[in-house]
Amino acid sequence: MAGIVGYGAYVPRHRITVEEIAKIWSADAPSYKRGLQLRQKSVPAPDQDTVTMSVEAARNALKRAQIDPMKIGALYIGSESHPYAVKPSGTTVAEAIGATPEVHCADLEFACKAGSEGMFVALGLVRAGLIEYGMGIGADTSQGAPGDALEYSAAAGAAAFIFGKDNLVAEVEETYSYMTDTPDFWRREYQFYPEHAGRFTGEPAYFKHVLGCAKGIMKKAGATPKDFAYIVCHQPNGKFPQRVGKMLGFSKKQIEPGWLAPTLGNTYSGSSPMGLSAILDIAKPGDRILMVSYGSGAGSDGFIFKATDRLPEVRDLAPKTRELLDNNQIYLEYGTYAKFRGKIRRAREL
Amino acid sequence: MSSPKFWREIPQRYRMEAGKCSKCGKVFFPPRLVCSSCKGQDFETIRLAGTGRVATYTVIRVSATQFADEVPFAVGVIDMDEGVRLTSQIVDCDPESVKTGMPVKIEFRKVQEEGKAGILCYGYKCVPA
Repeated sequence: MAGIVGYGAYVPRHRITVEEIAKIWSADAPSYKRGLQLRQKSVPAPDQDTVTMSVEAARNALKRAQIDPMKIGALYIGSESHPYAVKPSGTTVAEAIGATPEVHCADLEFACKAGSEGMFVALGLVRAGLIEYGMGIGADTSQGAPGDALEYSAAAGAAAFIFGKDNLVAEVEETYSYMTDTPDFWRREYQFYPEHAGRFTGEPAYFKHVLGCAKGIMKKAGATPKDFAYIVCHQPNGKFPQRVGKMLGFSKKQIEPGWLAPTLGNTYSGSSPMGLSAILDIAKPGDRILMVSYGSGAGSDGFIFKATDRLPEVRDLAPKTRELLDNNQIYLEYGTYAKFRGKIRRAREL
Repeated sequence: MSSPKFWREIPQRYRMEAGKCSKCGKVFFPPRLVCSSCKGQDFETIRLAGTGRVATYTVIRVSATQFADEVPFAVGVIDMDEGVRLTSQIVDCDPESVKTGMPVKIEFRKVQEEGKAGILCYGYKCVPA
């Protein structure tokens, strides 16, 4: 049986509140907070990007895995904000954790599903016996255009998972993918901000694919919601994962431990993987966890995990996700946030 | 920083690789060829754990061009737990809040960009522990 050997997350310390963004655009903060179920989001510092956050998450995963990084045979980073247009993020991350040179590496992109894609491929190579360990990382520092609804949610964070066959913290019992061509969100080459199709991102996009994937994997596994201790779905805002969980028949008790969006925002490729890391921080041996990612374009990857006896033995070896989320927060005013995120064109750039 | 110069320093900038004298155990960061303590020439490569304390610091208010957007920022000399000292930016805090003896830890950060089209230079910085 293959599964997760180690996991780790990273959350930048900076935050901006919904009120602070709404104030600039004369928007109604209470209605945004109510409608999106968001209070604040994480913001990367100017010296942070997908690579730096991936390294920190990967190092935390290694602390829990307690393996020689040279044994990692594949490393995949899923992100829609790779810092280079041409030059892999994965080479820097693999070098920083000491996994080079005998490692297969690729940067993946599928909107917010890219992180679970990396997990999926790394797991597949381990199952096939081609590598001893494989790492899948989901990380993003995504941008929403100033004044766009996305600006309230587009956040930053990363989660890393090391897959192997021995000393598991969680077995992978089942996987499943569900995908169609659905243009709900995109960014053309050379465009700085993404575009989206408004409410079309809901029913025919997010809900169709998350529901299709969740139902498909449960059917494949012969499971029902009562067989799971937890569910974590992609979190483009606070509202969608709660609603889709309820539609599937899951309770708040099953949904809320992995529900990070209200104080984290949408970390895109890092979203459901980070929620999974928060669940692994508290899950008991034997607990089953259903994870369903979502990436616009559009598709979902599903995983069924089962926590093992080793999980409580190693979870304290690295910072827990909720601790990273709730501690050491630095709140920004909009002006500093705009400077941090490169939203201001300065004289030397004109 | 040119791409080859940056590339040569990757073991230290990315992985905090230091040299530990096989004879007397003294640690050097960056590594050196001859031990200044016992003149030994055999070294084991170790990785610094990434934790230490601020030995001294200053606040930069007028910086080199590539760091102009970051002022004011703190730069400290850090006593690492392994007994070596290194110089590092101290970030994710108000520079006025930095104190001598403050515990810090290393995080992986982008140190500078070679303009809008050049390489991104990654490495270590300190944050409050």
